[in-house]
Amino acid sequence: MKGLRDLLAPALLGVIMIVAWEVACRAIPIPQVLLPAPSVIAAKIGGEVPLLAYDFFKTVLQAVIPGWIIGCSAGLAVALLCDRFDFLRRGLLPLGNFFSVLPLVGVAPIMVMWFGTGVAPNIAVVVIMTFFPMLVNAIAGLQASSHLERDLMRSYNASWAQALTSLRLPAAMPFIFNALKINSTLAMIGAIVAEFFGTRIAGMGFRMQTGFGSMSLDLVWAEIAVAALTGSIFYALLVLAERAVTFWHPSYRT
Amino acid sequence: MAAAVIEAKDLSLTFQTADSPVYALSKVNLTVEDGDFVSFIGPSGCGKTTLLRVIADLEQATSGSITVNGLTPQQARLARAYGYVFQAPGLFPWRTVEKNVALPLEIMGLGDAAERVKRNLELVNLAGFEKKFPWQLSGGMQQRVSIARALAFDPKLLLMDEPFGALDEIVRDKLNQQLLDLWARTRKTVVFVTHSIPEAVFLSTKIVVMSPRPGRIIDVIETGLPRDRTLDFREAPEFLKLAHRVREGLKAGHSYED
Repeated sequence: MKGLRDLLAPALLGVIMIVAWEVACRAIPIPQVLLPAPSVIAAKIGGEVPLLAYDFFKTVLQAVIPGWIIGCSAGLAVALLCDRFDFLRRGLLPLGNFFSVLPLVGVAPIMVMWFGTGVAPNIAVVVIMTFFPMLVNAIAGLQASSHLERDLMRSYNASWAQALTSLRLPAAMPFIFNALKINSTLAMIGAIVAEFFGTRIAGMGFRMQTGFGSMSLDLVWAEIAVAALTGSIFYALLVLAERAVTFWHPSYRT
Repeated sequence: MAAAVIEAKDLSLTFQTADSPVYALSKVNLTVEDGDFVSFIGPSGCGKTTLLRVIADLEQATSGSITVNGLTPQQARLARAYGYVFQAPGLFPWRTVEKNVALPLEIMGLGDAAERVKRNLELVNLAGFEKKFPWQLSGGMQQRVSIARALAFDPKLLLMDEPFGALDEIVRDKLNQQLLDLWARTRKTVVFVTHSIPEAVFLSTKIVVMSPRPGRIIDVIETGLPRDRTLDFREAPEFLKLAHRVREGLKAGHSYED
């Protein structure tokens, strides 16, 4: 009952906004190039299903998901190494903060130069964008267990690996899920923007760019709608997984 | 005479801090015999917790000697000689009560975990709560789970650092009684840190009165009390006499202050 009510408010607000948008587009003659009406965008989505599906495949399945998985796993793996060898942590953490502010629009063309044609540069951009948020969060998470809990492990004469699996990794899960969620958004942005500079001839970013070029703004908006929906579902799935894994966290306890 | 479980000679520990060294322990001499219930009592900063942590090899002494079961504290820790109960329960919220109690068994690779968990939860009167999560229990129950966890691998020595300090008086009285029953039944050696005089007198066979700056022992009282006491004993004349002596000791240790 409560879940239904929580869902109702945003759904209602969303519907009101879309209706207002539609009414505005009809009442005031806004040029289609500036803002197409929702009905026009919806018609475009309906009419271009195969093309949108193909772009979804090219961008989300070929670049976002693999890049996100590689970037997050690599970030977690390096965080574990940093945890094991403190000099790595002291060296890598400042570098990680530096890398995480590198501008995407500068990095993307460089990746294209390095990795050539095909999907490789797009995956590389997503990996770069997702690696450091995971690294920084996972390192913080691995240090989240208390002194008391670590003393307890010491009193058991637990090995590093035992302390890791039974205490420090579970305690780090809220942090790791934070990074997974942040990265789901970053991966979408990274993959789409990377296509602006790439040599690919399909994909959501490519279609947006050529859509601008040919003034077919309804197609650009259709891609935006698909990207927004994809990102939201991706995020929502992660929230569900987070609740299942970190059910014990004070914010989820029942 | 049986060999001492804990034997400390001229034990000192100094913490180097930025401005000046802190003398946490100074020339401590102590013997704990098998089956003793020893309490360390004193105000904060008297080194009672530090002394317990040195026994547990969670801190290292700067000078003097200490043996636990005839071994160095490190050897004793590696041999898993003691169970440690902390000030806070320190239970893992992602584990159920039974999984928390089973934690040391998993790490030490000990068998018949199910039987040990069952037996120790019964010992702390928590049978029936196996599947609960720690955050679904009261503070007193959580601390009892942590006692069961410390006993799960059946160590001969139980080290307890103000385990009931965060609990209200009523719960604390009840747990003191239960702890005494548990000690009488299991015949463990218990070292217990507290800052409550009634608690120390009620529980102990030996009370070690400590004083701060530098942390040192100022009195050791052999209570010579029977093992089977009830809470009523706290109104008996011997009890009041012992409590008085502890209080006097604490006062003497403080005379240069206030």
